[in-house]
Amino acid sequence: MKEKLKRFLTLFAVFFKIGAFTFGGGYAMIPLIEREVAEKYGWISSQDMLDIIAIAESTPGPIAINSATFVGYKTAGVIGAACATLGVVLPSFVIISVISYVLTQFQELKVVQFAFNGIRAGVLALIFKALWSMYKKCPKSLFAYIVMALSFVIAAFTNLNVIFIIIGAAIAGIITSLVMARRAAK
Amino acid sequence: MIYFELFYTFFAIGLFTFGGGYAMLPLIQERVVANGWMEVSQIMDFIAVSESTPGPFAINIATYVGTQMGGVFGAVCATLGVVLPSFIVILIVARCYEKFKSSRLVAGAMTGLRPVVIGLIGSAVLSMALEVFFSAGFSLAVLTGYWFIVSLIIAAVAMVLMFAVKLHPVLLILISAALGIGAGYLEPLIMK
Repeated sequence: MKEKLKRFLTLFAVFFKIGAFTFGGGYAMIPLIEREVAEKYGWISSQDMLDIIAIAESTPGPIAINSATFVGYKTAGVIGAACATLGVVLPSFVIISVISYVLTQFQELKVVQFAFNGIRAGVLALIFKALWSMYKKCPKSLFAYIVMALSFVIAAFTNLNVIFIIIGAAIAGIITSLVMARRAAK
Repeated sequence: MIYFELFYTFFAIGLFTFGGGYAMLPLIQERVVANGWMEVSQIMDFIAVSESTPGPFAINIATYVGTQMGGVFGAVCATLGVVLPSFIVILIVARCYEKFKSSRLVAGAMTGLRPVVIGLIGSAVLSMALEVFFSAGFSLAVLTGYWFIVSLIIAAVAMVLMFAVKLHPVLLILISAALGIGAGYLEPLIMK
């Protein structure tokens, strides 16, 4: 029992540290998780680590939460999962709660408004870079290009709910790959 | 009730985000802007804040919107909402993950989900670009306006810094802020 309690606390502490020291979220967290959880504590293997990334990518939700929940569960069951997830969330939660009040205080200042005028143009480049990296990583096929183009056009020029576009793409992906598999089997 | 709305909205956002990072952006833009909780420009400002503070974007924005709309309890509801779908799904998947890994259904869905996220983020980038360059509407006066040209220059500099120099995002944000402040105080001198 004491052993278990210690493990819950360590899981919480390790993921709290990961949450507090990762800038840029999700993927930036993976090397840190690997170092702490696989190398330092030996809770999971490097193979598990690869599985975590694959699973995090194909399940909904932020990578950080997915991997914290997965590692916590593998290490110490459902309570372990809760401890790790709470740990990774808490630093952001506290920091942003504080910043949120500070931002409201200062946003009327002229110098802050000028700064954000500049920042918005910079953020545009930042997101474009993120988009570009995702594009490079995405497996290319005629089907993939059609889905990209269609979803862009529908999202940009119609009011169709984004969730329907996502569900539609998932269904189209399932149907296409089943058809391809059947054709390949013939 | 605002607390339930916050929870429900961020639950839906968490449930339909695949691929982490900014994959969440299209849903945030649609839901949060449609609810009148934030404007596109405020979301962009917050991206900068989130890049400069630790933690994942998803948690940061849920906490921020929650705090703004419903104080600390609002932040708890929004954050819990965005976390819960992942938590539940991973607990289920972790039990049968050999099956999940080799599932043709999952692999098939992913062949559609990977590209759809790219198309959707592309559309989010477009609406952000419109916000940066044409927030005052389309006209010839806008195209020769002071802030249009300043934004164009900063965006171009930022592109070079991101792609050619591979500058750290936090530094990029600081530089963009400095350029914005400089441009703001120079305006009366230049436009005299």
